[in-house]
Amino acid sequence: MPTPLAVVGTSVVKVDAAEKVSGRSRYFDDVPHRDALVGKVLWSRQPHARLVNIERSRALRVPGVKAIVIGADLPDGLMGPFIKDEPILAKGVTRFVGEPLALVAACSDEAAAEALQLIEVEYEELPAVFTAEDALRPGAPLLHPDLASYVKIYEAVQEGNVCSHTTFAEGDLDAGFAEADEVFEDTFTTQRVHQTYLERSGAVVEVDAGGRLVVWSNTQSVHLTQIRIAEALLIPQSKIHVINSRVGGGFGGRMEPTVQPMAAALALKCGKKVKLYLSRDEEFTFGKPRHSSRIDIKTGVKRDGRLTAKQVRLIYNTGAYADDGPGIAGFGAMMARGPYNIPHVRIDAYCVYTNLPKSGAFRGFGNPQATFASESQLDLIAERLRLDPIELRLRNAVQTGDTALGGQRYTSVGLRRCFEQAAARAGWRRVSASSSPTKRRGMGVAAMHHISGLLSAGAFVKINEDGTVGLVAGAVDIGQGCETVLTQIAAEELGVPMSDIHYAAIDSDTAPFNWGTAGSRTTFTVGNAVRLAAGDARRQLLALAAKTLEVSPDDLETVDRTVRVKGSPQRALSYRDLGAISHWVSGGPILAKGSFIVDGPGFDPKRAVLRGFPFGPLTAYIFGVHVVEVEVDVETGEVKVLKAAAAHDVGRAINPTVVEGQIEGGFAQGLGYALFEELCTEGGQTLNPSFIDYKIPSILDVPEEMTAIIVEEEDPHGPFGAKGVGEPGLVATAAAIANAVSHALGVRLRDLPLTPERVLAALEAKQGTLSPPRAP
Amino acid sequence: MATTKGDERLRMSRRSFLKGMGVGAATSTALATGLVKPRAGKAAVPPLVEGLSYVPVELKINGRRYALTIEARRTLADVLRTELNLTGTKIGCDRAECGACTVIVDGRAMYGCSLLAVNVQGREIETIEGLAKNGRLHPLQEAFIEYDAYQCGFCTPGQILAGKAFLDKKKSPTLAEVKQALSGNICRCGAYHHIFEAVLAAAKKL
Ligand code: FES
Ligand code: FES
Repeated sequence: MPTPLAVVGTSVVKVDAAEKVSGRSRYFDDVPHRDALVGKVLWSRQPHARLVNIERSRALRVPGVKAIVIGADLPDGLMGPFIKDEPILAKGVTRFVGEPLALVAACSDEAAAEALQLIEVEYEELPAVFTAEDALRPGAPLLHPDLASYVKIYEAVQEGNVCSHTTFAEGDLDAGFAEADEVFEDTFTTQRVHQTYLERSGAVVEVDAGGRLVVWSNTQSVHLTQIRIAEALLIPQSKIHVINSRVGGGFGGRMEPTVQPMAAALALKCGKKVKLYLSRDEEFTFGKPRHSSRIDIKTGVKRDGRLTAKQVRLIYNTGAYADDGPGIAGFGAMMARGPYNIPHVRIDAYCVYTNLPKSGAFRGFGNPQATFASESQLDLIAERLRLDPIELRLRNAVQTGDTALGGQRYTSVGLRRCFEQAAARAGWRRVSASSSPTKRRGMGVAAMHHISGLLSAGAFVKINEDGTVGLVAGAVDIGQGCETVLTQIAAEELGVPMSDIHYAAIDSDTAPFNWGTAGSRTTFTVGNAVRLAAGDARRQLLALAAKTLEVSPDDLETVDRTVRVKGSPQRALSYRDLGAISHWVSGGPILAKGSFIVDGPGFDPKRAVLRGFPFGPLTAYIFGVHVVEVEVDVETGEVKVLKAAAAHDVGRAINPTVVEGQIEGGFAQGLGYALFEELCTEGGQTLNPSFIDYKIPSILDVPEEMTAIIVEEEDPHGPFGAKGVGEPGLVATAAAIANAVSHALGVRLRDLPLTPERVLAALEAKQGTLSPPRAP
Repeated sequence: MATTKGDERLRMSRRSFLKGMGVGAATSTALATGLVKPRAGKAAVPPLVEGLSYVPVELKINGRRYALTIEARRTLADVLRTELNLTGTKIGCDRAECGACTVIVDGRAMYGCSLLAVNVQGREIETIEGLAKNGRLHPLQEAFIEYDAYQCGFCTPGQILAGKAFLDKKKSPTLAEVKQALSGNICRCGAYHHIFEAVLAAAKKL
């Protein structure tokens, strides 16, 4: 059991609670920029075409139109997190339906809309590919013939339309399969799904008096927005100032910039303030859905259930630009072994260009696909070996001290406890049942692992003149509660009440770098930076007190915002006193900092072959187990999730209620992924860009009986032992639901989403004969 | 996989979505079913007739009267936000699909993005800004805090107003009734469990 602390571990009310329930929060569009011109985008109608000419003279004559920008007007900068392959506006060639071709700035909506209609684009159609399969065929049209010349931030392995090929290999695959009693080979596919954060994306950009670009927007990372604008427009980062509003959700979709580079290009062109705000259908067509995938898995297993070898090929369709794709496919590869000890492994992940709208980060970052496939296959294995699915998993489950794929050590593993608690809570049983003549019930389990330590973050703590505290970190709260959690960490370390601390609004001019609110990494990675900064501030307070009281810092203790001499509590200085002394008398204002990066220990080249992986070391593994019960209507094919227990090892839960919210919210998104969400295209055209045609879970879809279970396996490197939880609630959900559906029906579904049509087709393929429920 | 035939699936999803919106159960839901249009698109906009597009309107919002001159085609949500700076009413889709813009009109929760301001003159309009009384949050707002019933908070004003319109009429509701009443309000963060717990808890206090 963790030792109790003052604020850490307590479900304090979130710091933004009052403003959010009273409608006072200022999201992007809540700050009026009445002086801004209206910006609008002309989107490509062709999936792949040469842009012969873009004629804007008629459009420019529309009264009220101030500027029109096309790709040819812009500098040659290309942007992208891993591979610099993307222009702000298509230049010479367009690669997907919905790619930005031109930007209009006008005095009114109407003028901008009219101008868009008058821009004439002459296309020369090129052959297009929409599936990764087609894009990988020899002779397939190449999306990026200049791929080799693009700047990459890692040693990318590339060929044809494969923008990134990641390999992890350990042991001797042939020996591993030879050792196996049974070998399983299966293929699974998953669909594209959209983040659909409820607040649409927007940006207001102005060139300020000093010539700097000021960008107001809703992003998950002001720093990545700043970096991408700089690289695309070839201007120094210091000339770009990004200010964040409150953010109405992100889920990965706003990790990389959305419309900010476009708005910046437009503002530079017309020298005026410009506002660009996407409509809902533009969000769907321009947004960055989760990669669709095809996953082939071959697994060798001993009769007693021990896994001997696993070979996986993941193919992720990244669309027209790489965006986060190389990271996503690479991370999918790293996760594809699963949280199991398997001595002989080879995983290959291919991130493939096609003429679909580009894909990007979405909660889980490549892991949900891999987990769906792997955990589905484990159930097939359990069935054949007549083992309980949980028993099979436990026989292979990793423990603290074991090695992750690639050779890093697991420093804290609460996986077994997750299995035990989720199973107990859901009443795990392996008898499926018919609840009515047309309805069948089944139960499924799936486990997952993920990481929470990734890349770098910084934090500042300053002690104000009155002893209150300013906390400046670059972590954007997109709804997951990080302002509260990071404030709790700082309060604990400094020994002050949370109400004494103000978490500064996110502004790239002041906030130290943070990669972004993503990767379940904020509590661990930014939390570590915050804890270091708060610790530094505390040491400076002690040093100043020691100097003022003329004692050694070792003789001091801090109690209730006061530094006092041990044994003589009347000799004391409050933080308020120390704030004032530092500002007016001695020492100077207290400025403290924390800087943190996950930089080791890394992968072990003696143990594993690792090629084309775009990240450095990743650490602080987190684990989760979902057990769900479903009811399937065998007449309509509809699936209802009746019950779910989701146990997650998050390290120490800094704020348990917030952790539960993350698990439940992730589960709801996973449920949509499992059952009905799919962004459909035809000829590269998005067919369902609305909430009517793209259904996301409503309050009627989530199971009434949903239990989020927190398992606290403290990590030695986490702030107060904390790890993370942002993504895991989603990751195992589709696999658990698919396993439950298969259990209920006695037939395996291998393709997401599990639509009524697919359920009925699977039943039909079973020749209409429903076998009696399987006994364990 | 990438090139999917959409038609069948789309029909299916629309049907189930509309079911979720409570279209088939007009009497039991808080949302005005007439507002839920079968097809995506802008709200029914009267033709823009030159010279006639500006009209005087008088709106009664949170007990206060506002006299404005606005374009006839403007929606209530838009007018609240841009003319009156009541930005607590959010616009997530602007076409009756998400519920972020929910306001209460004459006691019923309605989508503000799909009401024309000119058409709600003389009616009692409540927005999130009007809920707190004398500096005290409404019990439902308090319950949303207590049960952590929000994450990003963008859907939250709409959820609270849908909940309030419902609880104003319904004492001691069942969970099923609460869920039905809120089924026209999407929360992508998936805070649903905390939301229905908060509404049920507030029901006990009201
Ligand atoms: S904004 Fe009105 S329903 Fe979405
Ligand atoms: S709290 Fe984010 S959409 Fe509901």
